[in-house]
Amino acid sequence: MTEALLQLRGITKRFPGVLALDGVDFALTAGEVHALVGENGAGKSTLIKIISGVHQPDAGRIDYLGTPVTFPTPRAAADRGITVIYQEVALFPDLTVLENLYVGAYPRRPLLRHSGRGRRVDWMAMRARAQDVAASLGVKLDLEAPVHRLSAAQQQLVEIARALLRDARVIIMDEPTGPLTQQDAARLFSLIRQLRSRGVGIIYISHRLEEIFEVADRLTVLRDGRRIVAMPVGETTREMLIHHMVGRTLDTLYPHTARQTGPPVLEVEGLGTSGALTDVSFTLGRGEILGLAGLVGSGRTTLARAIFGIVPPGRGRIKLDGVDARIAHAGRARELGIAYVPEERQRQGLVLPFSVSENLSLVILRRLSRLGFINHASERTVAHDVVRRLDIRTPGIGVPAATLSGGNQQKVVVGKWLAAQPRVLIMDEPTRGVDVGAKAEIHRLMSELAGRGLAILLISSELPELLGMSDRIMVMHRGRIAGELSRDQATQEKIMAMATGVA
Amino acid sequence: MRERGRELTIVAALAMLSGYLSLTQANFRDAFTISTILTNAAYVAVVGIGMTIVIVAGQIDISVGSMLAVCALITGTLARAGVPMPLVVLASLLLGLGMGALNGALVAYLRVPSIIVTLATLTVLRGAIVWWTKGYWVMPLPPGWKVLGTTHLLGLPLPVWIGWAAVLAASILLAHTVFGREIYAAGSHPQAAQLNGIDTARVTFWVFALNGLLVGLATMLHVTRFSMVQTQEGLGLEFLVITAVVVGGTNIFGGSGTVMGTYLGVLLLTVTSSALTFLGISATWDQAIRGAFILVAVTADIVRTGQWRQPVGWA
Repeated sequence: MTEALLQLRGITKRFPGVLALDGVDFALTAGEVHALVGENGAGKSTLIKIISGVHQPDAGRIDYLGTPVTFPTPRAAADRGITVIYQEVALFPDLTVLENLYVGAYPRRPLLRHSGRGRRVDWMAMRARAQDVAASLGVKLDLEAPVHRLSAAQQQLVEIARALLRDARVIIMDEPTGPLTQQDAARLFSLIRQLRSRGVGIIYISHRLEEIFEVADRLTVLRDGRRIVAMPVGETTREMLIHHMVGRTLDTLYPHTARQTGPPVLEVEGLGTSGALTDVSFTLGRGEILGLAGLVGSGRTTLARAIFGIVPPGRGRIKLDGVDARIAHAGRARELGIAYVPEERQRQGLVLPFSVSENLSLVILRRLSRLGFINHASERTVAHDVVRRLDIRTPGIGVPAATLSGGNQQKVVVGKWLAAQPRVLIMDEPTRGVDVGAKAEIHRLMSELAGRGLAILLISSELPELLGMSDRIMVMHRGRIAGELSRDQATQEKIMAMATGVA
Repeated sequence: MRERGRELTIVAALAMLSGYLSLTQANFRDAFTISTILTNAAYVAVVGIGMTIVIVAGQIDISVGSMLAVCALITGTLARAGVPMPLVVLASLLLGLGMGALNGALVAYLRVPSIIVTLATLTVLRGAIVWWTKGYWVMPLPPGWKVLGTTHLLGLPLPVWIGWAAVLAASILLAHTVFGREIYAAGSHPQAAQLNGIDTARVTFWVFALNGLLVGLATMLHVTRFSMVQTQEGLGLEFLVITAVVVGGTNIFGGSGTVMGTYLGVLLLTVTSSALTFLGISATWDQAIRGAFILVAVTADIVRTGQWRQPVGWA
C-alpha cells in the first residue's frame, strides 16, 4: 500500500445530544476511489464535513500529505486541494461555465501592461487553462454557456473541472449519480477512473451499492458514528455490505409477491401534451405494480403530472374504473382517488415546517373536518395510526417534518396518501436518497399495498428496483411509450435499449 | 402557529411599560386613557389581522391605507347623502371586499407579484382620492355617524369589542379550519401545497379579498369616532401595520405567524406612542422607536434560529 494522502485517526465529533462520530479512523491513498457507505445518520456527512473544514473534530488527528493539519474553514481545505462536490450542484446558474470555473479565484493581470500588480481579470488565461483541463478529461465544455442551460451531468462536469483547475488532490463526491441518467452515470464513472489514474484520491458516497462495486477500490462502512469495517471492495459481497451497514440481515431485497392483476383501474388513451408527451396509452390494473422506465427528460414525470392534473393534458382521455375522468387540477385528482408521491420529496412532497401530523392530514383535511373546522382529535388519531402502520421513526407527531431523516420523510409522504385511501398510487423515484433499511421497508410496503388491490405506477431510474418490484415495465423515450416488457422478459439491457431508442 | 415565545415577550414588555407609566404618571391609570389606547389600537388591529393572514400566505398588501381612505371618503359621502348607517357600514365592507378581490385576482390569476400589484393600487387609489375630493374634507356628517364609534358597552367603546371579536374569529380561522391550514401550507411551501391538491391560486385570491373586507370593517371602527373624514386618512397605515405584524412574530416570508401576536404588536406600538406623550418626549421619536422594535424583533428571531451563521443572501 502506498503512503496515505489523507489519514484520519480517532476522529470524534459530538453535537448536542448526539455522538456523531466516535473515534473513527479513515485513510485515503492517492489514486484510490474510496467508498464511504452507511445508512442515513451513520456519520458520513459529518466525516466529510470534518475533512473539508466545515466542522472541527472534538478529538483525533488529521494528517494530509504526511503532515498534521487543521482546516478551520472550508476555504482552508479547498486551498490545500480538498474539494467536495455536493449532491445539490453548487454553481451560479446565471454565470457562464467559464465564470463558474473560476469563481472566487479569478486569475488577474495588470491593468496596463508592465504596471505591476494584477488588477484585471485575465480572461485569456482562464479560457486557455479551462480548455486544457477539458481536453485532458476528453470532454467538451461550452465555456460561454450560462450554467442553467446545462444538463445535470454537464454541471457536474463543470464542478469536476473546477476542482482540477484548483489542483485538487482529494475530491469528495456526495451521491453524484443522484440526478444523472444511466448513460451519464457511466460517463461519470469513466471520468472518475481517469481522475484516479492521475493520482487524485476520491471519496465516493452513494446509496446505490452496485455503483460502489463498479467504481470503488476500497470501502469504509460507518454505522452509528463508528467505523465498522474498511476493506478492498473485491473482498466483500453485496449481502455482506448490507449486513455491515444495517447490523442485521435484510430478508429479501425486493419482496415481489405473486399476485393476480385485477381489472383495469386506470386507463390512459392517446394522452398528449404540447411538446412533452405524444400519444401515450396504457392501462393499470387492480393490484398491479407497473414500472415506468426511461431516461431523465423522457416524459415520465410529465406523464405522472398530467395524470395528477398538474400539467394540463392537451389531447387524450383518462378513465378511472371505466369512467371518463376530467382532471382539471390536482384537487380533482385527489378527490378521484389518485395519489402522487413526487420526486424530490423535500422540495415537493412535504411542507417541511409543518408537523408530522399536519403533513399526514394535509390531503384528507376535508374528511377530518365539519363545516370547515378541523377535528383535531381525529387528526391525531389518523397520524398515530399512520406512524404506527408505516413504522415512521419520529420523536412525536408534533415535531416538524424537517427534522426527520430522508427515509422517514418519504414514509410520511407515502403515509399521507395512504390515509386518503387512493385507488391509484403514482410514485416518482420513491427511494432516491433513502438508506438501505428504509428502502427495503418502502418496497415491502409497496408489495403489501399492491397485494391489497392498490394500483401502483412506479417511476424509477434504478433498474434493479424496477426489475425487482414491477409486474410489468413500460419504457418511455422522447415522450412516447417505446415498449413494454413483462416481468419475465425484462432485463436491464432490453430496458436501456428501448430507453435510448436503440430498440 | 406553534410558538408562544414572541407573544410572552411582548406581554412582558407591555406589562413593564404600563407598570412604569402607572407608577410614575397618575393620569395613565385612569379608565379614559386605557380606553383611548384600546380604541386607537382597535382599527389598526383589524387591518393587522388581514395583513397577518396575507403575510402568512406568503404575500403582502401595502395598499391598505389607500383602501381605508377610499372606504372612509365614500361612506362619508353616502352618509351625507342620507343613506342609513347600517347600509353605510355594509357599503364599507363591500367596497373593501371589492378592492381586496381586485388585488387578489391580479396576484392569484395573473401572477403579478403582490408587492407590485398593491404598490399600484396604493398609488392609483390615493391619486383618485385627491382628484375626487380636491383635498376637501367630507363634513359635516349627520348625527347618526358617530353612534358606532362612541357607543359604550361595559365601559368600553364598541370598536374595542368588535376588534376583539375579529381577533378571536381570525385566530380560530387560522388554527382550526381547513382554509386556515391551507393558508399556512401555501405560505410555507406553495409547490408542496399544490402537489397536495391545494388550489393555491384560490387561497391567494380569498386571502386578499378577506383582507379588503377587514379594511372595510376597520374603516368603520376608525372614522365613526370623528366628525369629519379627512383626505389623508390612512396615510402610512401600511407601515404601522406591517411593523406590528413583524413585531408580533409573523415571518415576513410567509408560513408562520399568529393574529394574537399581531394584536399584541399593535398594543405595544400604541402604548409606546402614548408613553411618549406622557413622558413629554417629542412624537418624532415615535417613528424611530417603531424602527427599533422591528430591528429588535427580527434580530431576536435570527439569533434564535441561528440564521446569522449562514452566508448573506441565504434565505
